[in-house]
Order: sequence, then C-alpha cells, then structure tokens
Amino acid sequence: MTTQLPPGMHLETVDDKIMTLNVGPQHPGSGHMRLIIKVDGDYIVSCDPDPGYVHRGEEKMAEYRNYIQNIPHLERPVIHDSSNILYPYCLGVEELLGIEVPERAKYIRVIAAELNRCIYILYWLAIYGIFLGHSTMFMWPAGDRELFIDLLEAMSGARVTHAYLVPGGVRNDLPSNFEERCLRQVEYFEKRLKEYEAIFYQNPLLKARTEGSGILSRTDAIRLGTTGSVLRASGVDFDVRKKEPYDVYENLDFQTIVMKEGDSYARSRVPYLEMFESCRIIRDALKKMPKSGSVRTKLKPNPKGGNDEVYRRVESGRGAIGYYIVSNNRPEPYRVKISVGSFRNLICMPYLLKGEKLGNMPAVYWGLNYWPVEADR
Amino acid sequence: MSTIAPQFRLSRFIGSLFDLIFWVILIFSLVGLPIVFIVLFYIKLPVINNQLMTPYLAMTWMADPSRTLPIVKSFMHTTIFKVMAFPGFGFAALLAAATIFVERKFLAKMQLRVGPLYCGKIEGILQLMGDGFKLMSKEIIIPAKADKPIFWLGPLLFVGAAGAFVSLIPVAPGWVVANPNVGLLAVFAVIGFFPIIAVLTAWAANSKWTFIGGLRALHQMVAFEIPLILSLLGVVILSGSLNLSQIVESQEHFWWIAFLPIGAIVFFITILAELERVPFDLPEAESEIVAGWLTEFSGMMYGLIQLGTYLKLYAFAGLFVVLFLGGWNGPMVWPPFPQDIITQGITIGPVTAKFPGLPLFDQDMLNGTLWFVIKTVGVILLILLPRGVFPRVRIDMILHTGWYKLIGLAFINIFIALGLLYAGVLGPGGLLQ
Repeated sequence: MTTQLPPGMHLETVDDKIMTLNVGPQHPGSGHMRLIIKVDGDYIVSCDPDPGYVHRGEEKMAEYRNYIQNIPHLERPVIHDSSNILYPYCLGVEELLGIEVPERAKYIRVIAAELNRCIYILYWLAIYGIFLGHSTMFMWPAGDRELFIDLLEAMSGARVTHAYLVPGGVRNDLPSNFEERCLRQVEYFEKRLKEYEAIFYQNPLLKARTEGSGILSRTDAIRLGTTGSVLRASGVDFDVRKKEPYDVYENLDFQTIVMKEGDSYARSRVPYLEMFESCRIIRDALKKMPKSGSVRTKLKPNPKGGNDEVYRRVESGRGAIGYYIVSNNRPEPYRVKISVGSFRNLICMPYLLKGEKLGNMPAVYWGLNYWPVEADR
Repeated sequence: MSTIAPQFRLSRFIGSLFDLIFWVILIFSLVGLPIVFIVLFYIKLPVINNQLMTPYLAMTWMADPSRTLPIVKSFMHTTIFKVMAFPGFGFAALLAAATIFVERKFLAKMQLRVGPLYCGKIEGILQLMGDGFKLMSKEIIIPAKADKPIFWLGPLLFVGAAGAFVSLIPVAPGWVVANPNVGLLAVFAVIGFFPIIAVLTAWAANSKWTFIGGLRALHQMVAFEIPLILSLLGVVILSGSLNLSQIVESQEHFWWIAFLPIGAIVFFITILAELERVPFDLPEAESEIVAGWLTEFSGMMYGLIQLGTYLKLYAFAGLFVVLFLGGWNGPMVWPPFPQDIITQGITIGPVTAKFPGLPLFDQDMLNGTLWFVIKTVGVILLILLPRGVFPRVRIDMILHTGWYKLIGLAFINIFIALGLLYAGVLGPGGLLQ
C-alpha cells in the first residue's frame, strides 16, 4: 500500500469545494494555450497559465538562415501584425551591417507598421467582443479589417504575412494612387470606429461587467514587467515610439494613450483609442513623406555581420517587441533572441484572476493583449 | 488513393429509377398487400350509411369532392389535428422555423453580413432544412461516464415540456389544444419543469462544463420565475380569470399593456432570461464554459434541444401576446367567404361544381389567427433584437437583477392593478368594462 513518490513530488490535497477546470487547449475561450483554473463556486482560487503548445523554434531556425532568408519566417509568430514583428529585426540588421535607409522608405515603413497595428487591434477587438458574448462586435471589426488589409495588399501583394519590411528599406515602392486611396480608407475607418463607441464601449452592460474587474495597479504593472496597452491602461506613460523613437516617429504628430483605472475596461479601451492615433500618424506620414526617391538600399549578396551584437525594440500592437541579434563574422546570425509583449503580459494572469469571478475570466484574459502563438515563438 | 465520383449520365439515372419502381412494386405486392389483407381480416370495419366502410370505399369517398370537404372539416376538429397541426405542434414548429430563418437574416443585416445565402437559391431559405438533415445524419456521442437513461431522456423531456407549453396557447377563438380553467397556473407549472430538465441533463452528462452550466441555468431560471409569476398577477387581477381564452376575451376593448406597462416590461425581461437569450445566455456562455449544459449533446439530441428552445420561444411570445397584447383581438380585416360559392357553386363553362361544407374555416378564426401571428412575430423580433446589441452579463448581475429589481417592479405592478380594481376603473364590473 505504501507508494513511494519520487523526491520533490507530492500528492495534491483534494478539497471537495474546489473544482479544477482546464480552459484549453481545446476550448472556445482559449487560444493555443491552457489555463488551469481552480474555482470555488463562482470564484477563481488560482490560475496557472500553461503556454507552449505552439512553440516553433523561431529563434533556433533564425541561426540557420542568412539575414534575408530570416524575413519570412520571423513574421510567422503573429501574422496579423507582421510588419511590427519584422520592424526591430530590420532595424537591428541595418545597424549590424551598417546600412543607410532612404528617407522615403522610413515613412513607408511607418505607414505599413501603423496599418498593421490597426489590423491586429481590430482582430483582437473582434475576439474581445465575442469573448464577452457581443456578436456584433465580432463581425464589425472583422469586416472593417478588410479596409487596411486591402491597402497592405496593394502595397506588398499579400493579405497577411506581407514580408514587406526588409533590412535596407521596404521591398517595393507604393502603387501609384496609394496616397489618395489610403486617405479615403482612413477617413471611412475613423467614421466606423466612432460607431464602435456607441455599440460597445458605452454599452451599460459592458461597463458593468468590465469596470472594476481585474485591477492592475500602477506599481504592480511596473513590477510585473508588463508592456504595451496593459502598462498604459495602468497609468504608466510608456510607448517605445515616444521614448526611443525609431525611424521617423519623432517627426510625426501623435500622443500616447494613458488611462489610470487599470481595470478590464481600461485595458479594452486603450488599444481602441490607439487606433485613432494610428490614423493620425498615417495621415501625417503621408503628408510629410518625400514624394519620390529610392525605397530600398540594396544589400551585398549574402552579407556578413561583424563580431557584434545589437538590441533594438519597437512598439507593436501588444507592447514592446525587442530583438537581440548577435553576429560572428558569418552570413547567419549567431543568436536571435526575441522578447515579445505577449509573454510578458501573460505573467499578470495569476495575479489578476485570483479572487475574480469565473465570468470575468474571458475579459481579463483577452484584455491582457496576449497572443499565444507570439508568446511561444 | 482517391475515389473519383462517376460522371452523371441521364440514361443510367432513368434506368435506376425504373429499377427502383420495379422493386417497390414487387415488394409492395409481395409483402404490403398481404399485410393489408391480414389487417383488414382482423379489424372491425365501421358501417356508415348502411355500407361497410372498407378502405376502398373510404378512398372513393375521399375522391368525391362533395364528400371530401365534410370529411376534411370533421378531421380538423379532432383532437389529433389540433395537437399535431394547427394550434399545436405543426403551427408552432412552422413559426419556429420561420423564426430561425428571420433571426439569422436579421442578425446578419445588423452585423453587415449577408447570412445564409446559397441553400435554396432564394436568400438561403432552405438553410434550416440543410442544417436539420446534417444534425440527423450526425453521430450521437454519449460520454462514457454519463448516466445514459437520463441523458437520453433530457432532450425528449425538453421538447415534451415545450410542446406542453405550446398546447396551452390559444391562437384563435376556440382554437386551443388544452383550455383548462387554470390555464395560467398550468403555464407556471410547465415553466417550472425547464430548470429541472436542465439540471438533470447537466448532471447526467457527468462533465464539469455541463455541471456549471446546469447550475447557472438553475440559478437563473429560479431567480426569474418569481418575478415572472408576480408580473402576471396584475393581469389576473384585472381580468378576473386564470383561463387564457377568457383573458384574451377580457381585452376586447383595451390591451392590458396600456394599464400594466411595468408588468409587461418585467415579463419581457424574464422571458429573455427563461429563454437563455442574449444578454442572459450565460448558461451557454461559450467563452467561459464551452456550451454550458448543452456541451455533451451531439447530433439529433442537440437538434431536439434546439427545436424545444424555439418552440419555447414561440410559446413565450404567444403568452406575451395573449396576456398583454390582446391575443387574437383586432379589427376584422379578413374578407368574408363569398356566399355565391356556397349557394351556387363554381360554374366553369357547362360544368357547375358544388362544394358542400364550405367554408372550411370561419372568418373569426382566420382573422384571429392573422392578428395573433402578426403580434407574435413582432414580439419574437423584439426578443431577438438584443442579440445584436448586448454583451453577456455576469451571474451575480443577473441574480441581482432578478431578486432585487424585478421583484420590486412586479410588486409595484400588482399595486397598480389593485388600485385600478378598487377604484372601480377596470376589472369585473368596472367603468371601462
């Protein structure tokens, strides 16, 4: 009868009142990940996030390909935001190889990144809507994404996974009537965004459900190392675009959205308001962009980096994405380390969900702006 | 290796049809006819007009137009017709099917999409049929540790309870399946079955998600049943009857919604909760508990639950119409049946055909049905509307709404009704009656 457990292992004491729920990986309310949630009645006692179901070894793969071959697969972790996840890689490689980027390419990159940020946030918002049982809020953003997807398709030729940003600029120039078309789409998009306000953000039931739930205080947000919209919803004024401006962001007119509340409602609202700022940036960039010129500095075939290392980061739809690239006189990078916002925001989950009601779980979970595929890399 | 479907050939198709007809005739004559004769040998045939009523004679009568209509008419007043076709299951299922179609197109228009489009050529009108066939052909999977008899019984009980509810709704004067004098009490009794069925099936499925969903359904339905019953007491006080047909007749001049708007609003909100519709769909909240108490149902078991849900939707909308919107009452818009056809028949050239037994339905019944259907469809659309506008609420919010706010409002409604009664304005012997 006496069964010896291996050292370090212990049997879990069973409490009749506590029920363990496996939310995921096969659950309509989870991504490619699992939340092990213990509930006492309707209250969550503990939450243990279990990511790693879609680990694809992007970092290791990057060590076997040269700097150009790395572009298409590095955008795979988050295909809806592919320009932003490639952005720091391009910046880092340019610094390693010592490439100058043409002025026009810098503006085009910013436009592509902001369009992609809107596409990502709309997708995120659609899922936020359906997580809260609001089916109209699922359909509207999912449909309005098409506006910007069409624009990016015209720019790059692909609807998702554009691989548009390359070290040295962008892959190809804008189509001829792009400026006029982009301004028209952005104008219509802003009109649509205002309708979301009435049906979703001012909805009394949504406010009653999300306001005051899952509060992350300012100090906790900094201590846990969160980033992106989660950090800004907790009242910390941090945006990589403002604090460490890259490319031409310092010339452009926009502001950082900060909310003090730190609850689910604020976390759902900050990305929404950021889309207005993205529209402002796109307008401003289109105005200030040089009307003609080169968009790509050609690299040497199979370029080699020096014995050097570089760390660059940008602001993506989910927070700061940082690339740490080490080269050792070879065409392939020696090491590529990707630090993504999703994984850093996931850390808040056990803190935020403890003591919450089960009904708040989807709002808190998705409000963290967590993209499982990106977190696993 | 893949299998490629053979190309369609008309000659082979026609040949297969002839084969099929041959086999049908062969099997019918070898098996069917002997069975018919054996049955005829044993059953006692009735004698009508001094003639033995054999099946051949009955068919002859059916083919004779002068005898067809009386037979059809007498069939329409049998209980089995009422249960199966008109005020009962068939009518309700037809309205429910129309409801599902309208809901999908309506919601699609709200959400800037097109909804079902291809099935049935015209705006996807046959989509529901396709879904139904798909559900029927799907495998029914039962969890290994489920309590199988109760799990099987759940959908049947659900549809049965919904059917019982439908049978109590009067559609037109005299057209109701069951017309007990305590009709409203019977409605309350039937509504009381639904949470029990939900908890039974949820527990029998032996899954955590169904368990949580079942408990949520139980909490929600119990919390909203009391305001539901209280909100209807005002109508009972003013009409002085529990019989649903008499309640409709008492609204010949005024609809009760004009005097009891608070009761109507409370009843409408409780309808949403009892039907588990948005924003109160948390027993089936998919982002939290997969599909709630329906998680383990598959195939036609799920189909039956859906059928029951939509029958319930029709019955609740019908109850709202009966209690607050005057039921079948409305201006007479249906044209009377032309008397010429009854007295002189239809003359086409040299032939004059007479149809004794016309009209099949009297004018009151058709007019009443028309108004009832119009009002019911309106109420159903109003029930569907929140699905496009609201997110789901949380369990503590729903319980707070049910136990605090709605019960208070329902009591205010009762006091208004009592005030109107004792002031001598309404009610039996009142000024306005």
